[in-house]
Formats: sequence, C-alpha cells, structure tokens
Amino acid sequence: MANVIKLRKGLDVNLKGKASLETMQTKVEGQFALVPDDFYGMKPKVVVKEGDIVKVGDALFVDKNHPEVKFVSPVSGTVSQVERGERRKVMSVRVDADGKQDAVSFTEKEPLKLLLESGLFGFFRQRPYDVVANPEEKPKAIFISAFNSMPLAADFEYVLQGQEKEFQAGLSLLAKIAKVHLGISAKQKAQALTAAKDCTVTVFDGPAPAGNVGVQINNVDPINKGEVVWTLGAEEVIFVGRLLLNGKVDLTRTIALAGSEVKAPKYAKMLVGAPLAPMLKGQIDESKSLRIINGNPMVGVKTSKNGWLGAHATEVTVIPEGDDVYEMLGWIAPRFKEFSTSRSYFSWLKPKKTEYALDARIKGGERHMIMSGEYDRVFPMDIYAGYLVKAIIAGDIDRQEALGIYEVAPEDFAIAEFVDSSKLELQRIVREGLDILRKENA
Amino acid sequence: MNSLRKYFDKIKPNFEEGGKLHAFRSLYDGFETFAFVPNTTARVGGTHIHDAIDSKRIMSLVVIALVPALLFGMYNVGYQNALAAGQLENATFWGMFFYGFLAVLPKLIVSYVVGLGIEFTVAQWKNEEIQEGFLVSGIIIPMIVPVNTPLWMLAIAVAFSVIFAKEIFGGTGMNIFNVALITRAFLFFSYPSCMTGDDTVWVAQDTILGLGFAVPDTFSAATPLGEIAAGATALSTSFCDQVVGLIPGSIGETSVIAIALGALLLLWTGVASWKTMLSVFVGGALTGWFYNALGLSPLDACQHIVLGGFCFGAVFMATDPVTSARTEGGKWIYGFLIGFVAVTVRVLNPGYPEGMMLAILLMNLFAPLIDYCFVSRNISRRAKRLTSK
Repeated sequence: MANVIKLRKGLDVNLKGKASLETMQTKVEGQFALVPDDFYGMKPKVVVKEGDIVKVGDALFVDKNHPEVKFVSPVSGTVSQVERGERRKVMSVRVDADGKQDAVSFTEKEPLKLLLESGLFGFFRQRPYDVVANPEEKPKAIFISAFNSMPLAADFEYVLQGQEKEFQAGLSLLAKIAKVHLGISAKQKAQALTAAKDCTVTVFDGPAPAGNVGVQINNVDPINKGEVVWTLGAEEVIFVGRLLLNGKVDLTRTIALAGSEVKAPKYAKMLVGAPLAPMLKGQIDESKSLRIINGNPMVGVKTSKNGWLGAHATEVTVIPEGDDVYEMLGWIAPRFKEFSTSRSYFSWLKPKKTEYALDARIKGGERHMIMSGEYDRVFPMDIYAGYLVKAIIAGDIDRQEALGIYEVAPEDFAIAEFVDSSKLELQRIVREGLDILRKENA
Repeated sequence: MNSLRKYFDKIKPNFEEGGKLHAFRSLYDGFETFAFVPNTTARVGGTHIHDAIDSKRIMSLVVIALVPALLFGMYNVGYQNALAAGQLENATFWGMFFYGFLAVLPKLIVSYVVGLGIEFTVAQWKNEEIQEGFLVSGIIIPMIVPVNTPLWMLAIAVAFSVIFAKEIFGGTGMNIFNVALITRAFLFFSYPSCMTGDDTVWVAQDTILGLGFAVPDTFSAATPLGEIAAGATALSTSFCDQVVGLIPGSIGETSVIAIALGALLLLWTGVASWKTMLSVFVGGALTGWFYNALGLSPLDACQHIVLGGFCFGAVFMATDPVTSARTEGGKWIYGFLIGFVAVTVRVLNPGYPEGMMLAILLMNLFAPLIDYCFVSRNISRRAKRLTSK
C-alpha cells in the first residue's frame, strides 16, 4: 500500500462549470502557435524561417543557453509567422497545419538524449526557480503529480483512460534518468496510478493545493540548497510514453473546457498550440465581457478567444471578466453570491456543493500585509509563507534562502493569493523573487 | 444606485491626472471605493479569482464590533454624571444617553477629522490609496480616554500618533505600535493630570445643551483600580456594576458585557485571533490569582479581568494583527505575556493603577522577537536538513 500523506491546510473553491466526462474531437487545421513564454526561464532562438516546411517533432526554436533543448512543432505544415514584440522578443512561432501530421521518427536509445532530440525535454521544469530544466544538471528525483486540485482543473484519471500503457512506458523511461515520485489523490482509484511501476507512489489526501507538485515535494523529500528536482506534468508523461512506443512525437492533450461562462463544459482532444477559436465557437457568449484562461483560474494565463492552447495547459477556463460590475457598499453588504473564507460573508453557511460563478475582479484595494496567518492556513508546506513573501519584497536573499525559497514555485502561492485580504500579487512577487535569485546564483 | 454611479463617472475626470481637482484624488478614490467595490480585474498572470474579503470589510467589522461598547460608554457617561450629582432618580435613560452622546461625539469627530485628514494627505502625497486602518483607531481613541480629556489635547495626541507611530513606518500594516494606544500613551505621559490620578477626570461635570447635571466642585470619583492603588482594600462599586459597566473609567472600557458582544463578532468572523484573546485572559487570570494568593493584591483573578481596560485591551487592541505576534505559536506567548505584564504593573507599581496600555505597548515591542524565535526554529530545521545529508 502506498504511503498516505494527509494535508489539512488548503482550500477547495467550488466553481461553476465543471467539465462533464465526455470528449469532443477537434480537427487539426488552421494556424498553430508555440509560445516561448510558456516555457519559463528559457531564451528562445528561432531555428526556422517563415515559409519553411516542418514535420511534427521538428524544432521551431531552441534555448539559446542550451541549444540541445529544443521546442518542437506539434503539427506538420508551413511556418507562417515568427511573431516578435518589443525589442524583437519572440512572442510566438506559428505554423499553418497541413492536416497530414507527418512526423519525424526518433530511434535514439539513450533516454535523456531521446527526450532532448524529440523536444519533450522542454516540458520538464526544475526546482529551484520553477524554470525549464537544465539537462546538464543531475536531478535528485523526478516528481510527477497525477492530479490537479485547483478549481475546474482537468481530471487526470479521466484523461488517462485508454492511455494507461503510454503512461507506464513514460514512467519507466523516466526511472532510468532519476528516481521517480508519483503523487496521486486519495480519490483516484485507477490501477494505472495506484499500482504504477518503476516509481514511488504517494497518496495525498487534502484540499488544494495538495495537487501541486511543489507541495508534494515538500512533504515527501524537501529540496535543500544545491539540490535539483525535475518535475513533469502527468499528461506529459503520456507524451513520453507515446514517443517510446511509436517513435513519434504526439502532443495531443485531452483538456477540460470549463468555467461558468461555457455553455456545455466538457473535455476536448487537441494538440498543444492549437487555436482555441474552433473549440470555443458556440460555447461562449461573445457579446459578454469574458476572461479566457489557459489553465485554471488560480494559476492560468489570460488569453483571448484568438489564442492558442498553452504548452502546459491541461484546461481552458472561461469566467466573467467582471469589469462591468458595480457592487454598492461592498464593505457592509451581505453579497450572498460571493464566495469567501471569511465568516463576514455567508458562503460558509451554504452547503459545500454550492457552486460559485466568480469573476476576475480583485474585489479590494492592494494593502500592506495586515492580517496574520492568512497564507499559512492554505499553505501546506513547512514554510512560513508570509515571512518568505516579506523577505522577497525586501530583497533579502540570505533570508529567502533560509526560509525555503528553493522549495516553492509561484503556483504554490495561488490559494494564498486567492484568500489574501490585502490583495497582494503573491505569484508575481514570488516569480520575481525567483528570477532575481536565479540571476544572482548563475 | 445608477445615478450615484453616473455621478461618480461624471466627476471622475476632474480628479485624474491634469484635472483641476487632482489634489483631492485620494479623497475621490476613498469615496468611490467606499460606495462601490472596485472593479479592477486581476492581471494577465497570477490568480484570476479572489476571495470577496478585503481590508475595508475587515476594518468595518471591527468598527461594528466596537459599537456596543461605544453606545454603552455614552450611556455610562450620563449615568456617572447623574450619579455624581446625586440626581439618579431624576434622570431618564434617554436623557443620560444623549448627555453621554453629546459628551463623546466631539471626541469622535476630532479623532476622525484629525486622523483621517492626515491619512488622506499622506495617501495623496504618496500617490497611494487611502488605507482603512484609521477607521478602527479613530473609534478606539475616544473610547480609551477619560471623558474630560480636552479636545485640543486629543487632537495633538492623534496627530502625533498617526504621524509618528504609523505614517513614518509606512502606514497601516507597517506600524510597530498600536496607533490608538500610542495616542493614549502620549496623553498619559504628556498630560498626566488629565489622564489619571486626579479623581475628577472620569466623570463629566457640566451640563451640555441643557442635558445632564452640574456636579459640585468638591466631588471626586476614582476608578476601582484607582481606589486600590490609593490603598483601599475594598471597592466602592459592586461586582455586578463592574461587569455591566456602571463604574467610572475610560469611555468605552467599562462594560464587560458590551465588550463581550464585540468579542463574539470578532471571533465569529475570525477577524481577531482567538489564540491571542484567550491567552491574554489566561495570562491575566493566572497572574491575578498568583498575586492574590501571595497577598500582594486585594483583587482576585476575576476582578483583575473585569476591571479597568483589561477586557477592552484584550479584545480590541491585543488582537490588532499588525502589531501582535504573527506566528500561531507566538500568539499564545504574546497574549499570555500581555495579561501577565498588565496585572503585574497594576499590582507592583503603585504609580500606575492600570497596566493594560503599557503591557500591550511593551509586548508590541517584543512581538517581532517572539516571532523571530518561531521563524528561527523553522530556519534551523531547514539548515539541519541540509547538513544531515
């Protein structure tokens, strides 16, 4: 029986518009795009020109500092645009799909080399810093979380159905690189997860952010200064498995399309970098002010209906933007529709299964940290979250190290940012702190 | 609602950069966010949804929690006046209440006008939003001073504490000391004769707008703790009056029942930490029992808690999240020591009949040290993990 870790701290926010367990197919057509910003911490060097013909698995750009780390095309077709922003920053590399999905065959036997050549290594992230992993470093372990506890997130157990063989093949390959830890939820019963081979399975029982790989690392084998841990999304393990079994790159995801503004929330099979517009067509009311998010409302990135599926996104969520809402006297009104962890609202009286349609308003002004213990209540790690955030704001690097900054990623602060009454942008603060630290330690 | 929104939208350009009323931008912001929940939305990255709680709501709740004690304090001002004049049988409930209301209102106004005035100015100057912290301090300040405190003194004290205890540290959330208590400490040390000792400070002695009674000059009424400090071994008021609050004292501190109502709201909504609050009472009771057993104090543990500013301080000021300990373990120690120091000052220092203010201020100073110990334990655990490998 796998080791069970019970986590008490955290918060589950029950949002309206969960995806029902059915999958729609999408066609491989139109303009696909790979966005370098999705692979955080990497400097892109574009290796294709507009007009080039590419196959699935051909590199579109590589990391300038580690050219062996490639980021490959999810589709076959013609490179139609290299979009650049300010200071010629690469915003996206776009490929017009030809629909044939011709793929490069990979025969390399050495696991790490295979991952690098096929571009799947680009999906690995590393702690500390939560950036694209560095292939020259030897990780002490690879951590994979098989569940996402954030609201509206895709259910990996459903995604996994029919792909169990690929998942196990992926795990077995990773085990050749380093020790693999698989974190699963107490609710997950699938054999492929509970009895996964070539890895150490740990069961996590608790509210969000229990599904965050950072929380799992902290509770299983915390990172010390100087150590490196790699992390990989559960669905990306399936990518690895497919590559191993078929010799080809196949970046098809089963994503959840969810949120209170989606008419019929369900799952969709689509490629990384696929345009969102065909999927969203008829599913959202375009006259409304909406926020479309690559990922879930806690940690996702805002996109638009003309955007593309993000590289790491396992769901696309649509919530009201809320910029047209004027609520009067919010400091005293009962505001029955709002969700709050504070008993000054009434959501604590409602049954747990009540679903909320929250919008993207911050609902308050930014203040200094006033209340104490707010973050710690939803931060299931052995870290003083408030003190760490203060150390980051103060730019005190020694103290950040002492307080455990190497163990955290911005996403671990998402629930704390949600409950924060001072409305501080914790994820941004932590991201900037990690960036500065990475530069200092380079 | 719509017309108010339209009005705000209409006058908004005047307050924006280049508008003719730009110098009052913080004032406009303050009123707009007071009337409507700001609808700025989350940025591109980060958390897209947010809890509905914000610091305005939290501060408003504390203000609401203070209202029972404030209203009772007004009534008690009238009651003490009638009692001192020997006219209790001629006084009506509403007569006493309105007398107290008229006695307290100017202090409330002075406190808010001076304090908020400084807050608005600083917010405008630093180009920040107005912070709500003073909403709470502003109502607490009139409640923790004697009724006869002159308004000009109050104004100076408020200005001093808002500027030197809060704004120079960076505003609400950055202050080391509780702002309301600094106001009181300023008055206490600068104008001691108006704050304590002299037994005429606790009871209003003149009629206001025809309400109330004129009290003869020879009259004096000490607080129960004042009586004890002066060497009495028995109190002139009954325990029942002490719990209800019909005793001389600072305006808002006398009624245990009214304060308990506020405490209930604060604990229920989770705005105040129950750990801090409980441990203050435990600390005070144990210390009171200890001194009583040693024969150093004629008051038993229960009376120590009921009398003076103990309850008020424990419920509303020790729990100030900014100036109290921030670690969960630290809150226990912080609260316990407040109770301990408060009673110790009362018993062992004959110069100060009341010790709550000094206890909380002293522990405000030590709160970071307490937290430091708890945080250091976490740090050394992490360091040990590294070396044990």
